[in-house]
Amino acid sequence: MENAVEIKDLTKSYEELIAVNRINLGVRKGEIFGFLGPNGAGKTTTIRILTGVIKPTGGTAKIMGYDVLKQPLRVKQIISVVPETANAYLDLTAWQNLMLIGELYGFPKKERVERAIVLLRTFELYKKRNTLTRGFSKGMKQKLVLCMALLTKPTVLFLDEPTAGLDVESARLMRDIIRRFNGDGATIFLSTHNMEEANQLCDRIAIINHGEIAAIDTPENLRMKSSGLKSVEVSFNKPVSVAALSKISGVSHVEKMGDKIRFYTDEPHIVIESLTEFVRLKRLVIISLNTLAPTLEDVFVKLIKEREGD
Amino acid sequence: MKEYIFLGQLKRSLAIAKKNLRIYYRRGPVVIFGLIMPFFLFLAFFMGRNMPIDRLFTGLLGMTIFFSSMSIGPAIVPFEARSRTLERLLSTPISVWALLMGDVTASFLYGFLISLIPLAIGFILGVNIINGLVLILGMVLAAFCFSSFSVLLSAYPPTDIPSTVMMISNLVKFPLVFISGVFIPIMEMQDWGRIAASFSPLTYFTDLVNFSTTQGISYYSVFIDFVALAGFTALFLVFAIKIHEKSLSKRLA
Repeated sequence: MENAVEIKDLTKSYEELIAVNRINLGVRKGEIFGFLGPNGAGKTTTIRILTGVIKPTGGTAKIMGYDVLKQPLRVKQIISVVPETANAYLDLTAWQNLMLIGELYGFPKKERVERAIVLLRTFELYKKRNTLTRGFSKGMKQKLVLCMALLTKPTVLFLDEPTAGLDVESARLMRDIIRRFNGDGATIFLSTHNMEEANQLCDRIAIINHGEIAAIDTPENLRMKSSGLKSVEVSFNKPVSVAALSKISGVSHVEKMGDKIRFYTDEPHIVIESLTEFVRLKRLVIISLNTLAPTLEDVFVKLIKEREGD
Repeated sequence: MKEYIFLGQLKRSLAIAKKNLRIYYRRGPVVIFGLIMPFFLFLAFFMGRNMPIDRLFTGLLGMTIFFSSMSIGPAIVPFEARSRTLERLLSTPISVWALLMGDVTASFLYGFLISLIPLAIGFILGVNIINGLVLILGMVLAAFCFSSFSVLLSAYPPTDIPSTVMMISNLVKFPLVFISGVFIPIMEMQDWGRIAASFSPLTYFTDLVNFSTTQGISYYSVFIDFVALAGFTALFLVFAIKIHEKSLSKRLA
């Protein structure tokens, strides 16, 4: 199956700084693809290249088979972007912003009016359609920017931190809309800091750091492949020193977390057996015991740290 | 197909022009630069001097069309870079040339419409316009030329600070007013002044106004005035598009 987004050896450098360093990835048609990385990792630069805002220094990028450099207008006609900072025109009303976008994409008036009404109602902005965007809250501005992106019915939608700074309700609405839009067949390229969001939304995830791809896989596979990040969490009836617990076999390291102790291990069953023996010898009682799979955040932090150490 | 794309891009540039007129041309400083400043410059240089009404009219119309057509054009791109709306525009299916033509069209409409005010004042004061068609065509071409010039002035440096561009723009605009036959007729200038004047597009417009209001007397022929204005326009547009194409993304870094 042809990929919706195909990146080969994509590079962007600014004098001394290499923002994106020969990255390769493919985003399948119809998937929600997460793009994770710390600040300055190259996420926004990659999105700017893919959306034709800046030109790469090297490599190629194709959207639905169209080359971003050679066929920029064709690419832009089938994509939309929701940037990190809401960039609707503050001195235009919500309605005027939507009509402007419709005109820039060459949509007939009837179609853009009908679609704008539906979107404004969906995002609960219809009553504010004739208000200048300057008077909107951050959440309302972000909703409007998503309306502007969806107005054009893009085949590929790029979202750069779409829920950053939003209240819980707005963020949830935003995620619901993204899911619904993806359900209609659109491909979503989602850059986010929010691990839980990526875990909930994305079919696959790429982790980028210092302009290089550290890993690409499904959230579940990334978690399962990460050795040393499984853990056993225990709480005892009385305090126990971490030093004494670190001698338990099969443990890579121990952390005290509030009234609980977490044992990181590749073999939780061996740790549980050792713990049982330890408890019997020390005359302790186990209040609770849980085995934990690594969270996406654990995987992310580990991969980033590994790269920092390289 | 190419024709379809070209017409489609022209429609998009009209959308940009509409947006610019809504957002930028209602601002106070725009009115000041476009109308009030030429009016006060006019008062400062012409009042109290015994000049025929035709000379006063040439000065007022020339300055108004020049300043109003160039009042906001240089600041639009840096302003949009700062507010991140430029990034949005660059991700939509509009060519750089169409984007800039939208900016030029808005400046042109504003400059031309504002210039109708001194034209009306001229009528009221009894200026004898003997060739209205040449005057109107000259105003249209001049407003378009100065609007193109204003977009060129915003091309470099690739900054997102509007005041930087406005300062540079003023450094260029004011000397041009002084060498363009607005205050001293070209015929009364020394040789070096006439050579300098020939490098200013405003010279050819003031010459056209002189032709239209003073029994057909002008320094250059009407043909040369029109060709020069058209030539300057083409030059400004080509350079503006080429430089903006290279520098637009640098504003977002």
